[in-house]
Amino acid sequence: MSLMTWIDDRFPLTKMWEEHVSKYYAPKNFNFWYFFGSLALLILVMQIITGIFLTMHYKPDADLAFASVEYIMRDVPGGWLIRYMHSTGASAFFVVIYLHMFRALIYGSYKGPRELLWIFGMLIYLALMAEGFMGYLLPWGQMSFWGAQVIINLFGAIPFIGEDLSIWIRGDYVVSDATLNRFFALHVIALPFVIAGLVVAHILALHEVGSNNPDGIDIKKNKGADGVPVDGIPFHPYYTVKDLVGVCVFFLFFFGVIFFAPEMGGYFLEHANFVPADPLKTPEHIAPVWYFTPFYTVLRAINNPFGGVLAMFGAIGVLFFLPWIDRNPIRSWRYRSALHKLNILVFAVVFIILGYLGIKPVTTLFTEIGQRLTLMYFIFFVVLWFYSWPRSQAVAMRTFIISVIVMLVIEFTGFGGFSTGTRSYALVGMLFPIAYLAFMLFAGNLFPRMGAEKVVPERVTH
Amino acid sequence: MSASLDNPSASDEIVVDVQRRRFLTTATTVVGAAGAAALGVQFFSSMSPSARALAAGAPVEADISLIEAGAQLTVEWRGKPVWIVNRTDEMLATLGENDGLLKDPNCEKAVQPDYARNAFRSREQHKNYIVLVGICTHLGCSPAYVPDMTAGINPALKSGWECACHGSAFDIAGRVTSTSPAATNLEVPPYQYLNDTTVLVGDDGASA
Repeated sequence: MSLMTWIDDRFPLTKMWEEHVSKYYAPKNFNFWYFFGSLALLILVMQIITGIFLTMHYKPDADLAFASVEYIMRDVPGGWLIRYMHSTGASAFFVVIYLHMFRALIYGSYKGPRELLWIFGMLIYLALMAEGFMGYLLPWGQMSFWGAQVIINLFGAIPFIGEDLSIWIRGDYVVSDATLNRFFALHVIALPFVIAGLVVAHILALHEVGSNNPDGIDIKKNKGADGVPVDGIPFHPYYTVKDLVGVCVFFLFFFGVIFFAPEMGGYFLEHANFVPADPLKTPEHIAPVWYFTPFYTVLRAINNPFGGVLAMFGAIGVLFFLPWIDRNPIRSWRYRSALHKLNILVFAVVFIILGYLGIKPVTTLFTEIGQRLTLMYFIFFVVLWFYSWPRSQAVAMRTFIISVIVMLVIEFTGFGGFSTGTRSYALVGMLFPIAYLAFMLFAGNLFPRMGAEKVVPERVTH
Repeated sequence: MSASLDNPSASDEIVVDVQRRRFLTTATTVVGAAGAAALGVQFFSSMSPSARALAAGAPVEADISLIEAGAQLTVEWRGKPVWIVNRTDEMLATLGENDGLLKDPNCEKAVQPDYARNAFRSREQHKNYIVLVGICTHLGCSPAYVPDMTAGINPALKSGWECACHGSAFDIAGRVTSTSPAATNLEVPPYQYLNDTTVLVGDDGASA
């Protein structure tokens, strides 16, 4: 009796290996965009390992934290590498996750039957943001301190319970040693467990329904005599080898950053964070780390604390409903209309500019652009919903009018542009999102070629 | 016993009282949930400010005789910056002109003790000195004191505070402008004068 048989009689090792690796059949037409799932898993493992080694030297104490990080950087052998792998890994995680989400967007991977897969993914994204935010407090630099101060005060904007809630989160009236200590606990124990659990759920859900692909075609509908999808290839060895190539290229970039630009010009580690936290002095300019900035701009766009918080969480929350907003049966953008492609590309560009604005100081012009782009961000979802199926020009008109009314209400109550000194900016600025919305809604019928969808082939292409 | 289970005769057939079983299951679940909730309260409240954090909220004294006209002194109270500014008479004279630019010119929202709810937002006997919690009411940054705003982005205010984080601006009485993301005026902490040159921040002698 071989060792494997002995184990398999007691533990389903071979069964699990076959189910999830050697006999997990993935579509044969995966492209560049399919590297990022496995890369995200790689970074997760890397973050956990580097994190364990960092905790061996780090001290979660307001008096000692800053110095202990510098101690890791200067005195611990190899400490600088482990620390930079961890801090760069955080940014790399979000680069990879954003590309992974963009892939889901263009190929419709969030659509049925993958709704839960998408929701697990969104929950991972939320948990990662919490993890990144809490980790950023630990070096106890100026940006750690004031960034945490701003984010925790977001909860203070909630009516009635807000003030008590933010004191409860901090464990003090201000961000203090108590806050640092609990963020350390959450960062190294609680959230990693949550994330690991969600990743398992994400992968189980994926392997239950099977991977989507660039054509958005269900390969399980076309199985051979052996019950294996004709257009499927086993994950191992085909995609393990493919992903290894991705890992090599990723490491080339990743260690390039670590060795040559670990602070990435102040985007991965902000300059102000090399100054110890000082509760009495806010840095000249506070910006969150780059991966939060698109939502930070949305927060700043609204001229009212609670409204800003609602808009910010709304901007993230609306993504959860993507499978029910976009009801179009065609998954991949390859076979959707030109307008759909344009909608997605404009959304991506808007997201990037929102992120850029979030790291810039507040000026009247930037606030104005931020407000218009916030509208553009939400218009994406209106257009996505609108093209779920063919609509008449009358429905387009109704959608347009209702959207414009909502936008004007936000303009008057939320942005406050018309009621204050920036009236001329607001008047010109409003034209852009309204014109864009009008074009996107009416072009489908006015220019049938732009609204035309293609026939989805029976088999995957390559 | 086991023999009878293996070979049950008609006389000792096992009768399941479903109702009783359901009652016991429900009762156990409810009591167990109550116990878990009681335990949860302890864990929840362990995250509230500890006795030590509460004790650190003691009042602080500040000597205001050293503040030059137009200058700002920052002291720490409950871990937050508290500003004391010796405002010049010219600064006070601008306050009335600002009313049109503000969200709450008459200080109707309760972010100051009653004795500071006046045109100067300070105690009447020492109206030039204003005491403010130096935390922006938007999201908690600490705004910068700008004694001369005429060349800046809020020229109409003449003097006051600007928050670099999200662009809120406050006049020299800590009142927020209507274009600011912050919704309320800067908070005035409880304070009292122990003598003409000493302010006690955090305690105004009221029993509350």
